[in-house]
Formats: sequence, C-alpha cells, structure tokens
Amino acid sequence: MRRHAVLWSMIVLAAVMLAPFALVALNAVKTPAEYSTGGPLDLPSGISLDGVVAFWERVDFGEKLVNSVVISGSVAVLAVVVSVFNAYALGIGRVKGRLWILVVFLIANTLPQEALAYPLYFLANEVGLYDTKLAVIIVFTVVQAAFGTYLLTSTLGGFPRELLEAARIDGATKWQALVRIVVPISRPTLGVLFVFFFIWTWNEFFLPLVLLISNENQTVPVALGVLQGQRMMDATMTSASALLGVVPAIVFFLIFQRALTRGITAGAVK
Amino acid sequence: MSSAPASIRDRGSYLLYLIPGGLLLLAVILVPFGMNIGISFTEWSGAGTPEWVGLDNYTRLMGDGTFWASFRHNVGLVVAMAILPTLAGLVIAAALFDFIGEHFGARHAAVLRACVYLPQVLPIAVAGIVWSWILAPRDGALNEVLRAVGLDSLAQNWLGDPDFALWSVMAVMLWIQVGYPVVIFMAGMQRVDPSLHEAAELDGASWWGRFFHVTVPQIRPEIFVVLLTCTIAALKVFAPIYVLTRGGPGGSTNVPSYYSFQNFFEKTQVGYGAAIATVLTALVLVLTAVFLRVQNRGER
Repeated sequence: MRRHAVLWSMIVLAAVMLAPFALVALNAVKTPAEYSTGGPLDLPSGISLDGVVAFWERVDFGEKLVNSVVISGSVAVLAVVVSVFNAYALGIGRVKGRLWILVVFLIANTLPQEALAYPLYFLANEVGLYDTKLAVIIVFTVVQAAFGTYLLTSTLGGFPRELLEAARIDGATKWQALVRIVVPISRPTLGVLFVFFFIWTWNEFFLPLVLLISNENQTVPVALGVLQGQRMMDATMTSASALLGVVPAIVFFLIFQRALTRGITAGAVK
Repeated sequence: MSSAPASIRDRGSYLLYLIPGGLLLLAVILVPFGMNIGISFTEWSGAGTPEWVGLDNYTRLMGDGTFWASFRHNVGLVVAMAILPTLAGLVIAAALFDFIGEHFGARHAAVLRACVYLPQVLPIAVAGIVWSWILAPRDGALNEVLRAVGLDSLAQNWLGDPDFALWSVMAVMLWIQVGYPVVIFMAGMQRVDPSLHEAAELDGASWWGRFFHVTVPQIRPEIFVVLLTCTIAALKVFAPIYVLTRGGPGGSTNVPSYYSFQNFFEKTQVGYGAAIATVLTALVLVLTAVFLRVQNRGER
C-alpha cells in the first residue's frame, strides 16, 4: 500500500517537473488567434508551425544554432586537449608544486565570471577580438579546461605506472607515451569531459552576452535572452522561442544521458 | 644536460606540457582578475584613464543599501538553490532508490530520475523564458490555471509585484536545481553497504529511521559537495535574473552579480562594478577554501 503511495507521489512530482515542457510544446503549435481565444491551457485544434517559423526567421535561428555548435564544439575539443596536457604534467609527470598549481586551476574554475567580465571585454577590444566567436572560444576553453585539469589530474594520478615504465624501456618518448598509451586508456573519461564541456558552453549566458554584441555572432541562449528582455513577442512566439531553445537541450540529453550519469558524479566524490 | 639525474630531466620535460595551459590561464583568468582588482580602486567610466580613488568604492559599498539588499536577495536564492534542493533531493533520491528501485525496478526509477533532472539540461536563459511566460500576469499559464479552478483571487502579477517577484524567482530556481542533488545522491546511495540497512531493519528501525541513521550519514560527502557547489552557483546567479526580472520590480530581485553588470554596462561605473565583483569573488573563494580543506580531511 505504502509503496504505491510513494510511486504515485513520485509520478505527481515528475508531472510537475515536466508540466512547463508540456505547456511550451502545447502552445508553440497554436496560432495567435487560438491562443487569445482559448488561453494557454486549451488543446490546439491542429499543429500550426507558424509561430515557430515566424520566430525562426525573425532571429535567423539557423545562424544562432551554427554559432552555438561552432563555439561549443571548438571549446569541447580544445578544452579536452588542454586538460590532457595539463593533467599529463600534473598527474603523471608529478611536476614540482603540483598541488598549488592544481589549486590555482580549481580557483580559476570557481571564480565568478563577473570578476573577469570587464577586463575580458576591455582586452578583447584591445586585441581586436571583441564581438568574435574566437574570443568566446578562447575564454571558455580556459574556463572548462580548469575544471578538466582538476578532474583528470586525480584520475591520471592512479594511472598504472608499469605501462609507462614499459613504454619507456621500449624507447618511447613522452609524446608517444601520451598519445599511444595515456589517451587511449583514458578515453571514457575524456568522452565524459567532452560532453560536459559541450553542454556547459552551450548553456553559458553571461560572458557570451558581454562579448558578443552583434546578432550574427550570438549563441542560442543569448539571442533568446536578449529578445525576451525586450518584451516584444506575443505569447505564441514566446513559447515558440522557448521550444526552439528546449529542443536542442533535450536532444543532447537523450544522446548523452549515459555519459552524463556516468560522469556527473566523477568530480563530486573521489 | 645528459649528466643531470634522469628524474630531474624527466620532470623538466613534463613541464613543457603545462606551458600552453599555463599561458592561457594567465591571459584569460589571472591577468583579467588582477585587472579587476586594480580597477576596483579607481573611478573609471570605461573610456579614458582610470582615476585612482583608493578604497572609496569599498567604503561606498558598505553604505549602499542596494548592495546590501542584493546580498539579502542572494541569501534567498541560496535557500532556493542549495538548501531546499538538498533537503528535497535527499527525500526524493531515497524514495526513488529504496521504494521505486526496490519494488518497481531500476528502469522506473531511472525514468523518474530523468524527469526530475530534465530542467538541469536547459540553458538557464531558456528556462527563464519558459517561466516568464508561464508567470505572465494577464495570459500566463499559471494565472489561467488558477482562474480555471475558480481561484481568481490568487492570480498575481508574479514577476511584476515587488512582494512576489523574489519568491517567484526562488520557485523557478528550485525547479531548475532539484534534479542535480537527486542524481548525485542516488549515485551515492549505491555505495552504501546494504548490510547496514539490514542490520537497522533487524533492530526494528522504520524507513524514516533508516533514512536518518543510515542513508544520510553514509552519503555525507555527497551532501557536502552538493551544498557547496549549489551555494557557489547561487552566488553567481545572473541569467535567470536577467531574463525573468532584470533585477526589478523596483530592485526587489537584484543580486550582486546583476548589480555589478549594471554598473559595468548600464551606469558606466566600472570601478564600482569591479568592487562589487571583487567582494563576490572573495566570498566564493572563502567557500572554495573551506571545501578544499574539508575534502582533504575527508580523504585521510
């Protein structure tokens, strides 16, 4: 009896959590006329993609998707590479003062971006990278690699030394040991990091908002957030914009769910 | 070179691998952060030469009601993003793990967990858009629901009324945040030795008794990590405020992060904004230091 009570309360909880998603999907396919007569709770009479199409064209959503993919994809690749280099020196090379170096990386990852925003904005202007995707890519490569270094150093710290020893006896250089032994064996962890970096960068808002002023460079969240802030959209267009923001996130979620559940606890407790 | 002992030579060449990451860290984080601290001792509009004013910005902060109010609002967000999600997350994770997982199978537990976790994968800006539309005063979904069930009097201007705006933002943040502790705690519960539960059950402990005396103490490290990471996240909250309320109405949802942004880019008081950001950073660093100490002690 009690177990069913628990089951039902969990189902109610799940329904509450999902309700906003359902509402968005329901209203994104209505016509503005339908919305104004029936309100947000009525079932749509049919599927009208007018609102979605109108919004897509208005913000050139395809371009925003490309921007987000380019920025998040580049950051994920570069940040994994930088993390591997750093962790190779710290976790396997055990260079002097590695503990303090690690602390610096961890602090770099937890620093509020507010404390970097204006100097970064100023420096980007100075070197001619203001309002370019490259500026955002560089900044987030460093921010994400700071976390990646912290995590990978602790996993590589337990790397089987005898493998490296054997490679050295065979005359392998450090570079060959890294590329042929360390990277292939760490592939699962690197995959998880890649996924995290991609999603985290995709979801970033504050620094991209500061660094990308022109529409054609903006990412999906920034473009949606700025439009929302202007309060210029009717209800169906708003829900269409929310739907377009939600869909990629759900797609990532489904693709990466396994990596996420495996990786989400990796950094939490060793 | 070749006369040096191998270990020193080894360490030296490993250092090469730190150079790219180290230079990037210097250019993108350490130097800008140093600049920010420097700017906080000046008066500067962002153009021309900053004028050195010493600690003026900080003394002004101490007497700035808006700044203190923004910190008070931030305490509310710590409750909504760290404390409540941790408490709710513990109960939900235990219910999913013990009841659903045990009696209905791991698949069901995983599906329900995914539903609770879903808001976590949304860009926060998008979550803000979804909710600002649900909470809209005239044709927002929440007020429509209330009217549909005859509770017209409860319909509010959720985000536009200073009495309700912060509470509304807190509710949205709770919805966004709660999935994270659930996932972490469920993973932690898999570590707990089942014989502890069996022993407690033999002693006649109820489910709640086992929850308080076995589950919670056993996953203390996870609870600690979640509380800390969520508290730091709550101190950095920006996107939801920007999208939902812009700090309004009447400053009732302003937070330090947004307040510094306003000073940087709207009021062009860059020095003052930098001081706010520096205070916020000091707070986050103190929390991180505490976290590192406790974590190192826990590793024994």
